[in-house]
Amino acid sequence: MDLSAINPVLLIASLMVAATPLLLAAVGELVVERAGVLNLGVEGMMIVGAIGGFAVSVESGSPYLGLVAAMAAGAGLSLLFAFLTQFALANQVASGLALTLFGLGLSALMGQGYVGIKPPALGNIHIPVLSDLPVIGPILFGHDPVLYIGIALVAAVWAVLKYSRIGLVLRAVGENHEAAHALGYNVIRVRVLAIMFGGACAGLGGAYISLIRVPQWTEGMTAGIGWIALALVVFASWKPWRVLLGAYLFGGINVLQLNLQAAGIAIPVEYLAMSPYIITILVLVIMSADKSRAPASLGRIFHASQ
Amino acid sequence: MIKLEKRAQPSRTLALSTPLIAVVITMIAGGLLFAALGKNPFEAIGTIFWEPLFGEFAFYYRPQLLVKGGPLILIAIGLSLGFRAGIWNIGAEGQYIMGAICGAGAGLAFYPMESIFIFPIMILAGALGGWVWAMIPALLKVKFGTNEILVSLMLVYVAEQLLASVSLGLLKNPQGFGFPGSRNLQEYASAHNAELITGTGMHWGVLFAFIAVIMSYVLLNKHILGFNIRLTGEAPRAARFAGVNPTRLILFCLGTSGALAGLAGMFEASGPAGQISIDFGVGYGFTAIIVAFLGRLHPVGILLAGLLMALTYIGGEIAQSNMGLPAAAIQVFQGMLLFFLLALDLLTNFRIKFAVKGAA
Repeated sequence: MDLSAINPVLLIASLMVAATPLLLAAVGELVVERAGVLNLGVEGMMIVGAIGGFAVSVESGSPYLGLVAAMAAGAGLSLLFAFLTQFALANQVASGLALTLFGLGLSALMGQGYVGIKPPALGNIHIPVLSDLPVIGPILFGHDPVLYIGIALVAAVWAVLKYSRIGLVLRAVGENHEAAHALGYNVIRVRVLAIMFGGACAGLGGAYISLIRVPQWTEGMTAGIGWIALALVVFASWKPWRVLLGAYLFGGINVLQLNLQAAGIAIPVEYLAMSPYIITILVLVIMSADKSRAPASLGRIFHASQ
Repeated sequence: MIKLEKRAQPSRTLALSTPLIAVVITMIAGGLLFAALGKNPFEAIGTIFWEPLFGEFAFYYRPQLLVKGGPLILIAIGLSLGFRAGIWNIGAEGQYIMGAICGAGAGLAFYPMESIFIFPIMILAGALGGWVWAMIPALLKVKFGTNEILVSLMLVYVAEQLLASVSLGLLKNPQGFGFPGSRNLQEYASAHNAELITGTGMHWGVLFAFIAVIMSYVLLNKHILGFNIRLTGEAPRAARFAGVNPTRLILFCLGTSGALAGLAGMFEASGPAGQISIDFGVGYGFTAIIVAFLGRLHPVGILLAGLLMALTYIGGEIAQSNMGLPAAAIQVFQGMLLFFLLALDLLTNFRIKFAVKGAA
């Protein structure tokens, strides 16, 4: 074992990359849950975004077009969930599960011709002087653009939820949909838009894995990140900045265990590979003591009977 | 203008017929999907639903119906108890794997001794393995209020890693020329879950599945515990006033579903699969969720839904080899089925009215 082979600067830089898909999916789901909807289909939307983005960027040669396509694919799939839960008034847990099962199958079907292909590279940004600084350069100024979009998205979601009228309406719908309806807000419309936003974010997160982080397509490559994103929202007590913190924490654990695998530590590979999931459970246990922060209407079906 | 009006009581006729309607719509949508993939839709649907039952090689495929349906039914029966009460165990795949590891491990511990006691011990070990794995989310939910959906699912990934670990280490066949995977239990008479009636596919796991169907029917209809489960699902507030103990219900529902999933895994490992290997988990635990819903969470419904889902597995395999239909297409097909079913549930609980805008 050679721990000195682990370079702390590279570790932090790759931690940020590992955290980004999680961050994108979780911040999208946070908005959905603040609107009072529990969408368990994050994993399915992510993987469909991953293959959708991958296929489009391979065919078109443009990674940016791929990212847009991934968002469209995620949002499109989330519309199925929106239809089931908002119009057909189906159980949200069951519908979310259906979305994940369907998405996993669909992605495998779509991805058949794309195994082993290398997608066009997105490339990292390079700011003269700043990116060349030692230590700070690779950590802060040497990433791909999507990583910065992820962080900006957290800031935007925080600001919108806290300071804007749209955010207030969204929270009202999530806290008490009957009251919001009585005030004249269109509960269903707000929720459908929130679900689509969550779908687009999950799709982008999935494409980040297949286009930037790995970059390659393999079946089932999201490997539970969508589910960890759901756990992350609970961990964050439905607060945007805590999502960022949590995502970096999980990203760090994941990168660390991969580095330990590579360094040949005495712990078997399988036990290292299961550590992110076990830590997710532990975090859930610690955070579930405080339930007061959850949106009051989370998971409840809304039907305006009058 | 379409309006929804809540029915005072869910329509019984529709509740029974929506699964059938959903299957028909899925066939149509699936046919369109297969056509989009460049296959003849009628041939594909025919291959999936007709070939295994009445085709030229039906004598070979019919037993497979029980082999594949058995574990699906066994797992789905357990899941349905929890689903009825709003307790969501979606980690059955993990419990299935743990049951297989524990059950097969118990058997292999005795190798090469032959005794009639080995198989019953394996059954117990398999049930126990699944039960323990399901008790983790159950106890965490009871003690800390942790979300059982996420915990049970996370444990699937942990179980998959454990499976890889034991296939390469603890349970690896010492005479396997270095290949991963355990000894073949089909060649170890005391531990072999053999066919009970030759040529039918009927093995101990299928028998247990049938027993589980009957037991669950009796439990839900004749026993106070089953009544409490249904009450908690349909009217949680009333259940609380009636003094239903949610802790006991959570422990019972999760524990039972875990034990049944563990049993399914153990019977699979010692019978059709024959060994513990890295690719042992094939997603029965997830497909069983579809089976449970398709069967309306009702024991008899689950029995039929499990056989139907087994049919799509077998038919899908035939379509794969005969027509080159991708394996994932069947997965999409099964996912669609659940979608249509959930959407059609609307009709069971609501009446659709076409009202003229402005009137009323």
